[in-house]
Amino acid sequence: MSLIFSVSPASDIPIYRQITQRVRRALVLGHLKVGEQLPAVRTLAEELVVNPNTVARAYQELIRDGLAESRSGIGVFISERRQVFSKEERIRRLDQSVEQLAHEAILLDFPLSEVQVALEQQWKESHRKTTETGNPDGRKK
Amino acid sequence: MSQSSIIDIHNLTKYYGKRLIVQDVSLSVPRGCIYGFLGRNGMGKTTTIRIFLGMEDATRGGATVFGEDSAALRPETRARIGYLPEGHHVYGWMTVKECGQFQAAYYPKWNQDIFEAVLTHFRLTSSMKAGGLSRGQRAGLCLAMTLAPEPELLVLDDPALGLDPVARRSLLQSMLYVTRQADRTIFFSSHLLSDVERVADRIAVLDGCVLRADCTVDTFRQSLKHFVLKFRETPPSMPEIPGLLQSFRTDRELAVTVANPAADLESRLAELRPESMEPVEMTLEDAFINYVGERGEKTFFMNGKEAK
Repeated sequence: MSLIFSVSPASDIPIYRQITQRVRRALVLGHLKVGEQLPAVRTLAEELVVNPNTVARAYQELIRDGLAESRSGIGVFISERRQVFSKEERIRRLDQSVEQLAHEAILLDFPLSEVQVALEQQWKESHRKTTETGNPDGRKK
Repeated sequence: MSQSSIIDIHNLTKYYGKRLIVQDVSLSVPRGCIYGFLGRNGMGKTTTIRIFLGMEDATRGGATVFGEDSAALRPETRARIGYLPEGHHVYGWMTVKECGQFQAAYYPKWNQDIFEAVLTHFRLTSSMKAGGLSRGQRAGLCLAMTLAPEPELLVLDDPALGLDPVARRSLLQSMLYVTRQADRTIFFSSHLLSDVERVADRIAVLDGCVLRADCTVDTFRQSLKHFVLKFRETPPSMPEIPGLLQSFRTDRELAVTVANPAADLESRLAELRPESMEPVEMTLEDAFINYVGERGEKTFFMNGKEAK
């Protein structure tokens, strides 16, 4: 279980969301695998030096978003991928990320062709990692 | 007053002579909660704490702790409370060990393991002279003396004042350690918003003698909305908007901060016909400064449900 990270309270992103973002990232990078147990709420809270309720809330969101499941009395585990979002919601989330990417690329003066190449490379890389590890984010087509 | 609350402050008002210190403050701290008490200097935080601990009388109203009137707390009830006053005073001629022995004599319960664990955490040894300690070390010693009696209620008055980042982190870790045991309640005042955001379940904000918020950290942040509106030409003048805390105009932009926004806030702002309008997330610190800053209006109260 490699969930080594820290949170920054002075950020405009609430701490619980920083935690969910880190877990999502660990999933995409293949650092977390299906069936793997997340650290106990208390343990992670003490490691990050944050209120346990904040960690519990982050776990709740991961469960709600279909990335994790709670097995009563044992803990929270990374689950097989369940698509809990509607088509519209998935499109909305994708648009959001693409918008950010486009803004960044324009500000950095990259032509679309180079952005496409970079995106394709990143896609292959991420896809390879997530499918190799049997990760819930690595959907096979 | 609910049964599960440990501290209950009701309509507390305090004058020193003719000077108003706190006005009509009501607040309850649930069992098992880590409660952050915020407010600028001189806003009555310490006075409020001293009153509910029974160390000062209220002018009007009052408080109960563990269901007992603060003005008449029995020694057995006091023994369940750990209080770390501002400033961390110790007798300089004692050694660290002697400070512990001195404190232990006043409490029916004393857990030497906890005392020593906190000392170790702050890198203190028992033979050190209390008078020669750094601020952070002194805070560690005082914290050890406060935690060793295993209080059910821990009251910390600005514990992080003057501490370096390492000592502050140790302090936060100690606080989380205390709440490992269910039913331990912590009430602490602080100016360090990032510390508060890390550990607090709920916050109360005292400002200009009155209580202006009593809610969770997330609710506090969400109750303050900040928008940046961009215009092609000079922005129009700001319309009347309920809960407006601040508005700031530049050549082509209008930035507004609103507390407890009404449901139609966005459509009202859209009526100004901006070219674009973006909500901006605020840090807790920004939210706090906007809320209690000099320019802010003072007529709002946040309790997570509605404006009062």
